[in-house]
Amino acid sequence: MRARPLSPHLTVYRMTRYSLLTSFANRLSGMALSAGLLVLVYWLSALARGAHAYARAQSLLVSGPARVVYAALILAFAYHLVAGIRHLVWDTGRGLEKAQSQRSAWLVIAAALVLALVLLGWALRAREGL
Amino acid sequence: MSLRTPLGTVRGLGSAGNGVHHWWVQRLTAVALLPLGAWLLVSLLSLPAVDFVTLVSWIGGTWTAAALILFVITASWHSSLGIQVILEDYVHDPGLKTLSLVLSGFIHVALAATGVLAILRIAFGSPL
Repeated sequence: MRARPLSPHLTVYRMTRYSLLTSFANRLSGMALSAGLLVLVYWLSALARGAHAYARAQSLLVSGPARVVYAALILAFAYHLVAGIRHLVWDTGRGLEKAQSQRSAWLVIAAALVLALVLLGWALRAREGL
Repeated sequence: MSLRTPLGTVRGLGSAGNGVHHWWVQRLTAVALLPLGAWLLVSLLSLPAVDFVTLVSWIGGTWTAAALILFVITASWHSSLGIQVILEDYVHDPGLKTLSLVLSGFIHVALAATGVLAILRIAFGSPL
């Protein structure tokens, strides 16, 4: 097949314009949460196989690296949630002007960071002994 | 000049014949996941402990089991749609693209089935 002409791709956009950054981060956090879904199903399956199976799985689920994974998942959750709400607002036709989307990009990043910090703080307190 | 027929414009369907279905389901599952995701995270953080007995009795509750099943199905569906778009955008080889899309679809259905089955087993009390 002959190479077809393509519209400009990733490289023509500037990361500092935030729209690309927020879009990219939304996909990345979404992929992280997909991996988190795998962890959730693994955890549920271990529970369903009984106390012994869960005890074996727990050494993996409660380890130091696992805690880092949970923290990353909380960050991804906070970002994907806030950025998703921005998308739903866009879907109503609002906030699509260049200046507005620049502002909302900042707002999304700030709100996601605050939400992530609150959730991480809560998780640290609630699961101290984990 | 538009290449679309008047009927095509009115019905709003693309060349694949399913129009905005993918877009619509992605939004629908996103809206459903707002309360479901928030509920799951808040519940997990509110649990007094994460030992076997606490978790099984929590998941075994009717409402918890129902909400968890809804979460697993909705999240798998939303994830499937999201990963599909990413694969379509970044896997350029046509054969590899089809293969990865099929695999991703299979994995997501298997994930949802495994998750739902596990929740049901816990809810119906088969773990020992």
